[in-house]
Amino acid sequence: MGERTLELEVLRYNPETDSEPRFQRYTVTCREEWVVLDALNHIKETIDPTLTYRWSCHMAVCGSCGMMINKEPKLACKAFIRSYKGVVRVEPLAHFPIERDLVTVIDDFMDKLKRVRPYLIPKQVKAVADGEYLQTPAELNKFKQYSMCINCMLCYAACPEYGLIPKYVGPAAIALAHRYNQDSRDGGRDQRQQEIAATEGAWECSFVGACSEVCPEHVDPAGAIQQVKIKSTVDWYTEHLMPWLKK
Amino acid sequence: MAEEMSRKPYVREMTSEWIFRHPRYVRYMTREFSCLFIGAWTLMLVCALARLSEGPEAWAAFLAGLKSPLIVAFHVVALAFAVYHSVTWFNLTPKALPLQLGEQFVPDGVISGAHFGAWAVLSIAILYLAGAF
Repeated sequence: MGERTLELEVLRYNPETDSEPRFQRYTVTCREEWVVLDALNHIKETIDPTLTYRWSCHMAVCGSCGMMINKEPKLACKAFIRSYKGVVRVEPLAHFPIERDLVTVIDDFMDKLKRVRPYLIPKQVKAVADGEYLQTPAELNKFKQYSMCINCMLCYAACPEYGLIPKYVGPAAIALAHRYNQDSRDGGRDQRQQEIAATEGAWECSFVGACSEVCPEHVDPAGAIQQVKIKSTVDWYTEHLMPWLKK
Repeated sequence: MAEEMSRKPYVREMTSEWIFRHPRYVRYMTREFSCLFIGAWTLMLVCALARLSEGPEAWAAFLAGLKSPLIVAFHVVALAFAVYHSVTWFNLTPKALPLQLGEQFVPDGVISGAHFGAWAVLSIAILYLAGAF
């Protein structure tokens, strides 16, 4: 295996001593097959133990190591250094406040996620003795891609609407709400609509489409948001023009 | 809580730099910008209707005005933006209007292709009604 000397510029911020973040350059001898997370781990172990960042699984499952790599939101565990030339700039995820170094404050996303009720609210609650909630493969395919979301927040870092209007519920939360709305076993749509059909919900989206482009799990939040807009519009017309159709 | 009090999160201000962070944002802003040209052309169409209602002389004067190089240049630019606007939006239709037949979804190209097809048919129909053929 080959080796390569990599120049990494990492945005550092220590809330106890710094008034603003600054870049710090590290020179790391990397192996060709390394990802950016390996280089960060190498820095922490051998050069600078104070470097702070989140990570856990190292296999694009946990969604912890999202960061801006050369200004693009990426999972550090999926960003192979062989894809980069020259100095690699690593910054915390855009649009989130910085807690320390590459660690961001994610309370806002966690709150929004909770508000959209991303869990099954059964149409009819069944006793365990009454058996499973059955579903056909077609019914499963209707929402399956959205269930791949790992809450890594890359879509929020890619979305200029979220950066400009922090109240916006945002791509992942709306996609997850849509995932449960599309589920044949679910009956909680009315509860979720209050959040996702509001001005700060799907209607804040102007269809930049960046969320779907950066998603490491190939979820399509942009698609989910447009479908929420269409369904909410149909709801409005049904309610105002054909009120007798409303259940 | 003592732990809470020691926190001092740093909020980065968002500048217009984001537009140039990645080509996708430039493409998006170009699509948004295209509305200005389409809006301006629509205003010109309203003016045309007003001139038409004023009689043959006003209409002839309007048609003569359209031949000015500046107006011709505007039409060329507005047409380019209108095509860009339509193509980029039609390409996004599979995201908004997915169609599931049985277990599988209809491929994206079929949905956007149907929109492009309808666009072509309607354009030809309008040109036919306008006596272009």
